Amino acid sequence: MDALMNFGQGVFGGAWPAVWALLKIVLIVAPLMLGVAYLTYFERKVIGYMQVRIGPNRVGPLGLIQPIADGLKLLLKEIIVPATASKGIFIIAPMLAIAPALAAWAVVPFTDTLVLANIDASLLYIMAITSMGVYGIILSGWASNSKYAFLGAMRSAAQMVSYEISMGFSLICVLMVSNSLNLVEIVAVQNQGRFADWGMSFMSWNWLPLFPMFLVYLISGVAETNRAPFDVSEGESEIVAGFHVEYSGMAFAVFFLAEYANMILVAALTSLMFLGGWLSPVGFLPDGIFWLFAKMSAILFLFLWFRATFPRYRYDQLMRLGWKVFLPICLIWLVVVGVWMMSPLNIWK
Amino acid sequence: MDFQTLVFFFLSAILIFAALRVITARNPVHAALHLILAFFTCGGIWALMQAEFLAIAIILVYVGAVMVLFLFVVMMLDINMDRIRQGFWNYLPLGALLGLLMILEMGLVLGSKYFQVPAAEAAVPAGISNTKAIGALMFSEYVYPFELASLILLVGMIAAIVLTYRGSKNSKYTNPNQQVFVKAKDRVRVLQMPVEKD
Repeated sequence: MDALMNFGQGVFGGAWPAVWALLKIVLIVAPLMLGVAYLTYFERKVIGYMQVRIGPNRVGPLGLIQPIADGLKLLLKEIIVPATASKGIFIIAPMLAIAPALAAWAVVPFTDTLVLANIDASLLYIMAITSMGVYGIILSGWASNSKYAFLGAMRSAAQMVSYEISMGFSLICVLMVSNSLNLVEIVAVQNQGRFADWGMSFMSWNWLPLFPMFLVYLISGVAETNRAPFDVSEGESEIVAGFHVEYSGMAFAVFFLAEYANMILVAALTSLMFLGGWLSPVGFLPDGIFWLFAKMSAILFLFLWFRATFPRYRYDQLMRLGWKVFLPICLIWLVVVGVWMMSPLNIWK
Repeated sequence: MDFQTLVFFFLSAILIFAALRVITARNPVHAALHLILAFFTCGGIWALMQAEFLAIAIILVYVGAVMVLFLFVVMMLDINMDRIRQGFWNYLPLGALLGLLMILEMGLVLGSKYFQVPAAEAAVPAGISNTKAIGALMFSEYVYPFELASLILLVGMIAAIVLTYRGSKNSKYTNPNQQVFVKAKDRVRVLQMPVEKD
């Protein structure tokens, strides 16, 4: 590591810190994009098998090159801007969708030392950045000047704002018990407690004492990423393709990338905040980045499983779930956790 | 000029441009978008001054929630620009007066050092997180104003609902609460019929 630092200092001189930061960003974003590509492959395979089909199997062995072929195809296609669209916003909208999905990774820790920016308020930062993802969708719907796109955008805006509230409340519970806004510390706190001392640290992770919040966060995460069964903003059978109905080629691909990058982000955050991140579930195995990836994969599999299993929520049912079910649960559990922490039974000291 | 000053001027230029576009843009959606840009840049400037909690809060609250709903409403409106422009000269004196007042107030705050008024300087001791410090103050020294502010917000919310509530609906509507608890057993009756033989 030192040799690398010295080498970089020698080659780039004073600009080395900036170059090093850029390199680290590339080291996060490149595997992320590859992960997105293969998540689509994984999704098609998993849903294929669930529906007793084979899924992609033509391009490359086991169809493994399919995502690359799809990417190339989308790259080479023409981007058609509708004649009555608001052109500037139409072009900017996909970028606004993907930028927050990538920017949030700046503070996501992979192990206790492997993190791009270990800032104090990283949880707040993530909440702020992810709350901006909705603009790409709203603006694409408005700029397309198409009724389907506009309907999709309106649905999505209301849905994301509603579910953000319960998501925020469940995160508040997490930060109450962790007594910190720093993601590294939130994970570290989960390694304390009676069960962790007995070598069963998976019982001391936040999912157990905050079980309702864990469920609320996971389901709200599905809703936030506009995934089935909450994909009313795309709703093929109702509004064609929703907000991105007018997009083609790479502009569409960018929306697609943003959705999958958001899925991976939600999976990472759920693993960090409720499932102990890189901590090993049992005492006799070492902690490591492997555990984080295993937990993320399990949650991503859940996302795909949901999509293959559940029918789409109707819009009013979706709003009811957000406002009349999740919000009261969150408010009650917030009080429960507060009382719990003040009582002698407090387990988070 | 060090790097931080450069960033400050860069952000300030964007902020001033965006703020100007908010009031000059003809399209209300463009105006709202520039307001979002202004909030975001403002957050950037605050982050530069190490007020990271305020910076994140403005992005979380204004950019992430308030402006989304605002944009939502503005997009639905059918605004006729000519009718809005009609009263321009009537409103100009009042608007100019308010603008002047605001400039005066800002001048007083910014020029307080010059006028020897002791300004509230932000002193952040190292090692204490901004968020924690604000939280501690909010729930100790400023707990009553804080509770009062939340009460006023609650009153505002109730007032908005009361103003727009048009009485109970007499039309038929579905109750999603009942719908989601429906079981197939309640709706479908499976009959067993013996095969008829001739």
